[in-house]
Parts: sequence; structure tokens; C-alpha cells
Amino acid sequence: MSDPALLALNLAEARDGLARKLFSARELTAAYNDAVAEAKPLNAYITPTPEHALAMADAADERLALGQALPLDGIPIAIKDLFCTKDILTTAGSHILDGFHPPYESTVTEKLWQAGAVMLGKTNLDEFAMGSSNTTSWYGPVENPWRKPGDNRPLVPGGSSGGSAAAIAARAALAATGTDTGGSIRQPASFCGIVGLKPTYGRCSRRGVVAYASSLDHPGPMGRTVRDVAIMLGAMAGHDPRDSTSAPVPVPDYEKALDGGIRGLRVGIPREYRVDGMPDEIEALWQQGVEWLRESGAEPVEISLPMTKYALPAYYIIALAEASSNLARYDGVRFGLRVDGDSLEEMYELTRAAGFGAEVRRRVLIGTYVLSAGYYDAYYLKAQRVRTLIARDFARAFERVDCILTPTSPSTAFAIGEKSGDPIEMYLNDVFTVPANLAGVPAISVPAGLSGDGLPLGLQIIGRAFDEETVLRAAEVVERAAQFRHLPGFVAGGRS
Amino acid sequence: MALDKATVAHIASLARIRLAEAELEPLANELSRILDWVEQLNEAETSGVPPMASAAAARLPMRDDAVTDGGRREAILGNAPRAERGFFTVPKVVE
Repeated sequence: MSDPALLALNLAEARDGLARKLFSARELTAAYNDAVAEAKPLNAYITPTPEHALAMADAADERLALGQALPLDGIPIAIKDLFCTKDILTTAGSHILDGFHPPYESTVTEKLWQAGAVMLGKTNLDEFAMGSSNTTSWYGPVENPWRKPGDNRPLVPGGSSGGSAAAIAARAALAATGTDTGGSIRQPASFCGIVGLKPTYGRCSRRGVVAYASSLDHPGPMGRTVRDVAIMLGAMAGHDPRDSTSAPVPVPDYEKALDGGIRGLRVGIPREYRVDGMPDEIEALWQQGVEWLRESGAEPVEISLPMTKYALPAYYIIALAEASSNLARYDGVRFGLRVDGDSLEEMYELTRAAGFGAEVRRRVLIGTYVLSAGYYDAYYLKAQRVRTLIARDFARAFERVDCILTPTSPSTAFAIGEKSGDPIEMYLNDVFTVPANLAGVPAISVPAGLSGDGLPLGLQIIGRAFDEETVLRAAEVVERAAQFRHLPGFVAGGRS
Repeated sequence: MALDKATVAHIASLARIRLAEAELEPLANELSRILDWVEQLNEAETSGVPPMASAAAARLPMRDDAVTDGGRREAILGNAPRAERGFFTVPKVVE
């Protein structure tokens, strides 16, 4: 098969092609290594690992030849550079982790390699996953492979898993890992026209994932189709005794779960998600999504999630408080950057001033403030109480419905630099995605259409804790109905 | 909640981040705006509502108190900006 034909296959098709010996893992991986090189102008990868990928592909080919194929054998994927990879540079998009080569492998990536997957490289991200545009990385912004027709300005891929999303959309990876603290898998998936799933809190281990806000961080899969994401999740999920918040619950066969259909499924439509200033076309697509689910036998139910408007401010207090605590470890002593000073104190201060970018500094300072003496109750405890109310909103809704349908984001991809002046305007990108992080429930973004100016728009399906199966099943119905076959302006191997 | 320059300087020292004098004023404005925006939480009625720290099960799992890892000093020191004779090194703390 030619390179462009190989790159056009999705993960499930590539897996089947490998099993039928239509091509080898080495051929597939070589095509993807070339694609990674061709996509370099997007800046989606911080560290490509082409040699490593070929070695892994050869090992997969040996197993395939013996008829002992693993679930992801020979599948070339990208890893968000927030996951520790043994002896391979891991940066978190930050200057402060300069030269960090982890002496161990994260649990999620270890599971992926045990399933036979091939690592193409480490993808770019907002610094420490703090951002919704992938413009805060020390390694420079990532470009979305999509452009508005007739407008040549480069667009953001969303963030923070922007490198992973751009790589998948540009056919420079078959699938990828992401992490989602407030929307960092789902919003870039929406902006890049791919599928992204934030699983239930505790479903995928956080061990070896550089921490941003530990009670909100969720590792999860990103891919071209709902089926691809289901296959990835099957390999990534599972109890890990080395993460005390990892859930000791069995992992179902997510791919098989897609076969069930959604007849009789009750789908909640939360009235609070009609926010001021949301473009009409997003509202219209949302209604279209309701119709698609209805035509497949689901029953739409109007519901209320009254605390929705408080999710974003509560999220920012909790996330920033946890971040200020988690990022205390970057002190120039054990790893990464050190800027020398005359005293220990001065070394800390100079190292952290030089090592953290503007957005990270801003967030650490706010987090420090809300945790400081005299303000802890007013900010941090207050936000945690509001978090309880948000979780109760979902619990109450899930007594009446099986899942919830909303838009993923109130906007499409914007131009690089367009929103950087106002942190709050940037934070508003996450208004529909943040509530699921606070409640810890699973949520997926699936591409559902194009905006009037030709950019992808996603719909979000939120489910009950540990019921990723229903989320995936409903998402596949939306995917099938939407028939999203559009390609971005740039794809590796060419658009034909 | 308006933060003044002195408060920002104090927070920065708690956070061990060196800020230049010229950075204090713009940061005070930015942080004040963000804190003003989160003030809307005060509209939410939360009396008697317990705080939620995590979506995970409230009780931490227990395991046997046994050594399960270790003996990897070289690997760990390998990432240190400065290490000597098996130790991390830092500027002198005690005279």
C-alpha cells in the first residue's frame, strides 16, 4: 500500500490490515515516521522518536508473524509530553523540566506498550497542561491543521492536549494519549475534528503523569473514530495499586459495547448549557444532535443542572490551589532547570522565575493566594462546597437520564494570539467541559459538523461514573449520523 | 478583591518565584480581575454543604507496610542539576 493509503486508515482498519498481513508494522510505522516529519511545521511533536518506533514495530511484526498479536500490535500512536516515558525526554511543555529523562514509565504508557502499541513521539501541550489553546508551551504554539477557507491565519488546535489532537487530525498519528483537567482532551478534539474521551476519575492511572491538579487530572484517549478511542481506552484503563485514587473495578470490553444500540436510552438536555453569546450554529448543531439520537430510538429529556454557572470559578480555585501545591516540587534540586543563586532561597526563586512561563506563574500565584492564611475558607473551602453541589446536580440528573448531550465548546478554533490578552476570556472556553471534571464523570467529544466558516464542531456526551460504555455507544450514534468526512487543509500524505 | 503590589510581592515570596518590581503592578491587576470573577461563587448557597476534595472513594486503600521499590540512587540522581558523592547538592544552608 502507498503511504497516503496507509495514513488514511483509522486505527481499527490498520489493526485489521496488520492482522491480514496486507502490510507490516514496519511499513505502517515508516509511513507514520515520514508523516511526523512532514507535519513538522505544525509543531505538534516536541520529541519525535522514529528509531524507537521502528524497533517497537519490528517487535510487533515478530509477534504478528507468530500469530501472537497483542490488541494494539504495531499501531503507531503519539504520547502527550505529560506522560513520563523511561529514558525519553519528558518536558510537560515547560522550561523548568529541561533535560528531564524519567527513570520510570507511566502506568498508562506502560500498558499501551504491553498491548503492542508503537510510540511515534511526545506531543506538544500547554505548559503543565495549563491552557486551552496550546500557546503557553515553552516549545512554541501548535498549529491546527485546519484553516478557515480563504483565511490564511494559523489557528490554535485547542489545549492543553493540542499536539495530540493536531497530530491525529493531520494523520501524523493513528491515536494519542491526552490528559483532561478542565477540558484538555475534549476541547482540542472539538477544535481539530477528532474524538476525545475523558474517562471516569480513577479509570486510568495517573501514576507517572506530571501532575497539574490531582483531583481533576484525567488521562484518556484521543483518536479518529469512536471505535478507535474505545480500543485505546481498553488498553489504557485498569486498576493501578501505585495510584491511590485508581479504581479497583473491572475493565469491560469497550469495543464490544459499541454493538448495543441506544433504543430507549434517556438523553438529558441541560437547559443551563444555553449560554449567552453562544453562536446560533452551535445551538443548531446541538438540536441536530438531539434529533439524531431521537431517530436512533433514544428519548430526549429536558433536565436542569442549576449549579453549572459556578463550575468554572470553582474549578479555577480548586485547580490553581492544587497546582500551586503540585508545582512546589520544581525547585532546581532534583531534576530539570537550575538557576544558581547565593542562597538556597535565591536559587529556588530564580529557578522558578526563569523556569515557569507567564500563565503558570499566574496560576501558581493565585493558587498560593487562595490557600494562604485568612483566605483558605473563603476561597478554597467555598469552592469545594460548590463542587459538592455540582456533583449532586449530576447525581440527580442521572436518576432520570442515562447520559447528557451538550456542545463541547462555545466556539470553534480561533487564531493564534487572538485571545491571549484576557485570561478570563480564555478560561470561558472550558465552560461546558469543566463540570464533568469536578464531578469525575466520563465525557466524550465527537465531531458533529462544520461551522459556517468551515471549522469542526464537536458534541459532548456525559455519562454516569464508570459507564463509559453508554457514552461510547451514544457517541457512535452521533458519529454515524453526522457522517463527518471532512479533512483539514493539511494532512500528511496529501488530501487525495 | 483588589490585590495591591505588596500583597503580590508577598504571595510571590510564599510561592518562591522572583518577580521584578515592574512585574508587580500588571500582575496585581490581572490577579485582581481573576479574583473578582471568582467572587460570583459567593452567590451560591453552601451552608451545611460538605466540601468535596475528590471524586474518588473517600477511604484510601491500605497495603502491607513493606519495601516495594528502591535501590535506584544512580537513576534518581541522574536527573539532578548537581549531584556529588551520591547526594543532591544545594547552596550552603548552614554556616
